[in-house]
Amino acid sequence: MALERVWSWLDERAGSEALGHLLSAKVVPNHRYSFFYYLGGMALFLLAIQLGTGLLLLLYYEPGVSTAYESVKRLSSEIPFGWLVRSIHRWSADIFIGVLALHMLTTFFMKAYRRPRELTWLTGVGAFGLALGFGFSGYLLPWDEIAFFATSVGTAVAGSMPFVGQALLHLLRGGEDVTGATLARFFALHVVVLPFAALALLGVHLLLVQKHGMSVPPGLAESGRPRPFFPDFLLRDLAGWTLALALLAALAALAPAELGPKANPFASAPPEIKPEWYFYAPFQQLKWIPAHVGPFEGDAVGALGFLILGLLFTLVPFLDRKAARGERSPAFTAAGIAVFAYLATLTCYVWLH
Amino acid sequence: MTDLAAAGEPAKPSRRAILDWLLGLSGVGTALAILYPVLHFVFPPARPKGRSKGAVLAGRASELPPGTGRVFPLGAKPAILVHTPEGKWRAFSARCTHLSCTVRYREDLGMLWCACHDGRFDLTGKNVGGPPPRPLPEHSVVIKGDEVYVTETELG
Repeated sequence: MALERVWSWLDERAGSEALGHLLSAKVVPNHRYSFFYYLGGMALFLLAIQLGTGLLLLLYYEPGVSTAYESVKRLSSEIPFGWLVRSIHRWSADIFIGVLALHMLTTFFMKAYRRPRELTWLTGVGAFGLALGFGFSGYLLPWDEIAFFATSVGTAVAGSMPFVGQALLHLLRGGEDVTGATLARFFALHVVVLPFAALALLGVHLLLVQKHGMSVPPGLAESGRPRPFFPDFLLRDLAGWTLALALLAALAALAPAELGPKANPFASAPPEIKPEWYFYAPFQQLKWIPAHVGPFEGDAVGALGFLILGLLFTLVPFLDRKAARGERSPAFTAAGIAVFAYLATLTCYVWLH
Repeated sequence: MTDLAAAGEPAKPSRRAILDWLLGLSGVGTALAILYPVLHFVFPPARPKGRSKGAVLAGRASELPPGTGRVFPLGAKPAILVHTPEGKWRAFSARCTHLSCTVRYREDLGMLWCACHDGRFDLTGKNVGGPPPRPLPEHSVVIKGDEVYVTETELG
C-alpha cells in the first residue's frame, strides 16, 4: 500500500509509469545465439564494479611521483581490505575488456551493426576505445617499474605516427619524457575525463539499444516467443552477475594485484616486461616487425597498420552493403575470422612465452 | 521583399539572415577564443633540454670489471657505461632507438639488450637485431684514475 503511494507520487512528478511500461514491453529475441545478448549486461555490471572500486581506491591514492607508489603500497599492505579492493579493480578491468571484446565480436558476427543500428555500433566501438584508454592510463598510476616502461613504450608508439606523432607524444606525456607530468595527466584522464566520456557514450548506446531493440542475425529463424526482459532476462543477468562477483573474489584472493619495484627512470627495463593481455597482439607485432619496411621505420608501419585495421572495423556498417540490405555477407564474416584468428594467435603466443 | 524577389529583382539578404550570420560568426569566434588557450594550455612549453653540463661521474673503474655495464643519469636522460670484454670503455644513450625503453648490458649475449621488444645493439652501439631502426648515440668517456667520466657528445 505504502509502496503504491510512493509509486503514484513518483509517477505524478517523474512519469515513472512510463518506465514501467517500457520495462514490461521490452523483449529479447529467442534463437540459438540468444546467449550472446547477456554480454552487454555483463559488461555493464563489470563497469559498475570498476566505478565502485575505483571510487574506493580514490580515498587513498595520492597522485605524484613521490606519493603514488607509496600510497598504493600502503593501500595494499596496511589499509583493511585495500588489497581486495585493488585486486578486484585489476581483475575486473581485465575481464571487463575481455567481455567487451566478446560483446563486440559477437555483435560483429551477428551483423547487428547493420542498418538502422550503425550509431549503436559506433558508440559501442567508441566505448571499447575508451575502455582501452582506461586500461592504459590506469596501468601507470601505481608508478612501479613495469608501469613506467609500459607507458614509455605505449606513448612512444603514439609518437611514431606520421605527422601528428610528436604532438601526440607531448600531449600524452606532458613533455618530452614520462615524468610526474605524465602521471598527473593519466590520473586526470583515468578518473575524470574517461569516466565522463564513457558514461555519456554509454548513455547514448543504451538509449539506442532501447530504441531499436535487439537485432536478430540475417537469415536466422527465431526458435520461440521472445523472452520478456523483465523479469525473465534480468533474473538470468543477475545469476551471471553473481557468478562474476564470485569469480572476481576468488581471483582477487588467489592472485592479488602485484606491485613491483618503484619506477626509476634511470634503471633498465625489467626483462619480464609485458603489457596487459589486451595489448599482447600489438606488443608482439612490434617485436616481429623489422626495423625498416621500405623507406619507413617498422614501428610507424605497425602502429599505422593497427590504426587502419581499427578504422576499417569501426566503419564496417558502412562497408558491408549486403548486411545493410538484410542479406548474408560471408566475405565480412571470413575477414572477421581471419583478423580475429591473427590477433588471438599473437595474444596466445605472448601468453605462452 | 518576397514580392520583389519573385518579380526578378536580385534577392537581398533579409535582416534576419544577416543577424543569423553575425550570430553564427560570434559563436565561432567564441568557440575559437575558448579553444585557442585550452589547446596551448595542454601542450606544455619545452623545458631546457636537461643536457648535462660537462663531464658526469658515471662509475668507478674498480667496480666495473671487463664485461660489465651500468646505467646512470646523464642530465635528465639515462645513459649506459660499458666496460667491454676487451677492456675498452664506451658510453651510449641508454634509450632504445625503437620505443625508448632503457637498455641493459647482457653478459651472456655480450651486447646491449632492450627487454621491451628484444632489440639488440653491439658494443659499438650499432643496431644488430630486433626492431631498433638506428644505432645508440655514443658519448665520450674519460678515465681519471679510478673515476670514469662521461660527456654528452654524439659521436655515433
